[in-house]
Amino acid sequence: MYLKKLALAGAVSLLGSTAFAACSYQNEVPLKSLTAGFEAWKAVTDAMAECGNFQAELDQEFRTKQPAAFEANPSLYHIGGVSNGTITPLLNAGTIRPLDDLVEKYGQNLSPNQLIRVDGQIMAVAMMVNTQHLMYRSDILADLGIETPSTWDEVFAAAEKIEEAGVVDHAIGATMKSGWNLAQEFVNMYPGFGGAFFNADNTTAVNSEAGMKALDTMKRTLEFTDPEVLVSDSTYVQQQFQQGKIAMANLWSSRAGAMNDENESTVVGKVSMAAAPMAMDGGAPATTLWWDGIVIAANITDEEADAAFRLAMEGMDADMVQSANEAAIWLVQGYEPGPLAEGAIATATANPAPPAYPSTTQMGLLHTALGNELPAFLTGERGAEATLVAIEEAYTTSAKEAGVLE
Amino acid sequence: MKFKTFFWFVAPSVFMMLLFIAAPLISVFIQSFQITQPVMQQIEVETCTPGFLTQTCVTETKTVPVINEETGRTETTTAWVGFQSYQNVLQMDKFWSAIGSGNWGEILQIDFWKALRFTLMFTLVTLPLVIGVGLMIALAVNNAAKSLRGPVIFVSLLPFIITPVIGSLSIYWLFVGDGILTATLERWTGQDIAMFAQAWTIELLMYFYRVWHVAPFAFVIFYAGLQTVNMDTLESAIIDGASRFERLRYVIVPHLMPLIIFIALIHLMDCYRVFDEIIGFRSQAHVISLQWLTFDFLTPDDAGNRAISRAAASAMLTMVGIVILLILPLRRTWRDHKGGAH
Repeated sequence: MYLKKLALAGAVSLLGSTAFAACSYQNEVPLKSLTAGFEAWKAVTDAMAECGNFQAELDQEFRTKQPAAFEANPSLYHIGGVSNGTITPLLNAGTIRPLDDLVEKYGQNLSPNQLIRVDGQIMAVAMMVNTQHLMYRSDILADLGIETPSTWDEVFAAAEKIEEAGVVDHAIGATMKSGWNLAQEFVNMYPGFGGAFFNADNTTAVNSEAGMKALDTMKRTLEFTDPEVLVSDSTYVQQQFQQGKIAMANLWSSRAGAMNDENESTVVGKVSMAAAPMAMDGGAPATTLWWDGIVIAANITDEEADAAFRLAMEGMDADMVQSANEAAIWLVQGYEPGPLAEGAIATATANPAPPAYPSTTQMGLLHTALGNELPAFLTGERGAEATLVAIEEAYTTSAKEAGVLE
Repeated sequence: MKFKTFFWFVAPSVFMMLLFIAAPLISVFIQSFQITQPVMQQIEVETCTPGFLTQTCVTETKTVPVINEETGRTETTTAWVGFQSYQNVLQMDKFWSAIGSGNWGEILQIDFWKALRFTLMFTLVTLPLVIGVGLMIALAVNNAAKSLRGPVIFVSLLPFIITPVIGSLSIYWLFVGDGILTATLERWTGQDIAMFAQAWTIELLMYFYRVWHVAPFAFVIFYAGLQTVNMDTLESAIIDGASRFERLRYVIVPHLMPLIIFIALIHLMDCYRVFDEIIGFRSQAHVISLQWLTFDFLTPDDAGNRAISRAAASAMLTMVGIVILLILPLRRTWRDHKGGAH
C-alpha cells in the first residue's frame, strides 16, 4: 500500500509540476525501477516517468528486496538505485551488467567522475554524493558567540554553552536508532580516529585504541541528546531540527534541503552546513563518503537494457537538476552548489579526505554486528572493552557462517 | 459419520496443513543443522568511486563469491554442522561461565537469553491480566442494562480489530518525544518524561498495549460462556446466602474453567511469538524478543548476507519453548477430557 501511495504521490506531483521540461523522446519499452525513497530519487524517477511506460518503486527498504529481485530471470526491475553500500550483493552475484557500450551510446553528458568502474568496467553511474556532515543553527551559534565547530571536542564545548543557555530542548541530535543507523555512527567515528575495519586475513580490527576512542565520543554525545536517541533515525532528527528542538547534528546531506521546506520547517534559513567534525586534530572529517547512482539488471534483454539506460540518462539530465537543485549534491552537469551544499562539499574535498564506505561482504557483516552490539554499551549495560570484544565475536560468528573466514 | 465422508471433509485442511505447516517446519528443522555458504575467492579489484570533483581509485584484495559460468549463479556448498548453529544462538559457553562466576547479569547480555527473559516475562505477566480484564469486562457487560449492551460490546471489541502493527505504532506515536500523551503527562507532572529512553518504561507500555489489545478476545469468549451459566445453581447460591464474590468464585469461575484454559492456551502461543511491539516501539536497543531475533537473523544486510542457519535454529528453539509452555495447560485439558468422557 505504502509503495502504491508513494508511486501515486509521485504521479500526482508530476501532474502538478511544470518545472520539468518534457521528455525529449517517447519511451516504448515498459520499464520498472526500484530505488530508495528520498528526495533526490523522487526527482530522478519523476523525470524518467515523463518519457512514459515507466513505473517507479521508491522504497526505503529497497536494500532487502533488490538482491533477490535482480537475481530473478527475467529480473523484476530493469533499473536499480544503489549506493556504494548496497551495490555489493549485486556485484557479488553478477546480476548487474557492464555499461561501457551504453555509456558510449547515450552517455555524452556524463562526466568521468560519475562512472563507477570495477576492474575497468563501468558497473554503475553515480548521480550524487552523500555524506554525513555538521548541520547547525547558525542563529543560535551567532547569538552565543560560538565559532562553527570543526572537531568533536568543539562540538561538545558548543553543546555545553547551548545547553546552558537553554535555547533548545537538546543541543545535539543524532541518528542513533539501534541497528543500521547506530552502526553507521560508529562507522563514521572510527576511521576518524584512524582506525581500520579489517585485518588482511578478514578478521576485524575494531577492538583497538581507535575503537575505544570512537565509543567514548559516541557516549559523550549522549550527554547532549534526547534521552530517546536510541529510537531516532534520520527522519526523526530531521524533524527535531525542523521543529527547532535541536541545534546541531551530524546528519546526511540529503536531508539538508528539508530544512528550508516552508511547509514543514520552522527554522527556514537558520540552519547552516559545515564539514563533518574531525574526531582528532589533523585527521579526516569523521564520516564516510557515499554515492548514489543507477545500475541496469543483467537478466533482461539487450533491447530493454538499451531503453532502460537511455531512460535513466533522461532522468539524470541537466533539466532534472535545475528543477531539483537543492535535493542533493548532484554530480550531474548543470548543478550549481547552493549554500546547503557547502558542508558536504567541504567534507568531500577535505584533506585528508574521509574514506568511502567500503563495499565489501565483510562490511555488511560488521555493520550488522555493530548495530546489534552497540546499544548495550550506550544503555550502560556493558563496558567499552566488553562491547568491542562482543562486536568482534559477533562478526567472527557471522563471517564464518558467510564463508569469508575459515 | 462414515469414514469416507469424514476423510473428504478434512482432506483439504490436512493437505493445507501438511503443505504450509509441516513441510516448512521439516525444512527449517533440516536447515538448522546445515550451513550453506558461497564459495569465496580472493581477487585483486580496482574500484573507482566519485568524490565531489575527482574520482579515487583503489586497488584492494576483495573476498568475493565465485560465480558459476554455466548457471550464472553463485556457487554454494552445504555442510552438515550438527548443533553448531544452536550453539551460536544459545552461546552456552558464555552462559555457563556467567553462572560459574556468579555474574548472572552477564547472561542477559547474550541476545538469546535477553530475548528469552523478556518473552517469558511478557507472556506470563500479560496472561493473568488478559484473563482478569477480559472476565471483568464480560461480567460488566453481562450486568449492564440490555439497551446499553450493544454499544458497550462494540466499543470493547474495538482494540481487537486494530491491526497489531498499527496499534503498536499508534502507542509509539502517542508517547515518543513530545507525543500528545507524553506532553500532557509532562504538563501535568512538571517533569521531563521520556518513555522510550529506558527498558522498564518500554516494557510497561508493551504490557499495557498487549492487554488492551487482547482483552476483548477474552471478553468475547467469557461473555458467551456467561450466557450458559446454570441459573438454578446461581439462584440456589443466592438463597444459601452466597455473596457476589462467592458466587463468582464457586459458581461462575468453575463453570468458565475450560474457557479460561482455552484462552490461556491461545494467549501463551500468541504471546511467545511477540514481535509487533518490538518493531512498532523500535525497542531493539532495550528490549528484544525471540521472534524478533529470528527476524533479525533473516534480514539481509547491505552486502546481502543473512544468517539462515541461525535463524532456523532460533525458530526451532522458539517452537520448543512454546511446546514446553503449553504442556501444563494441555495436560489439564487432557485430564478433564478423559474424566469427562464417562
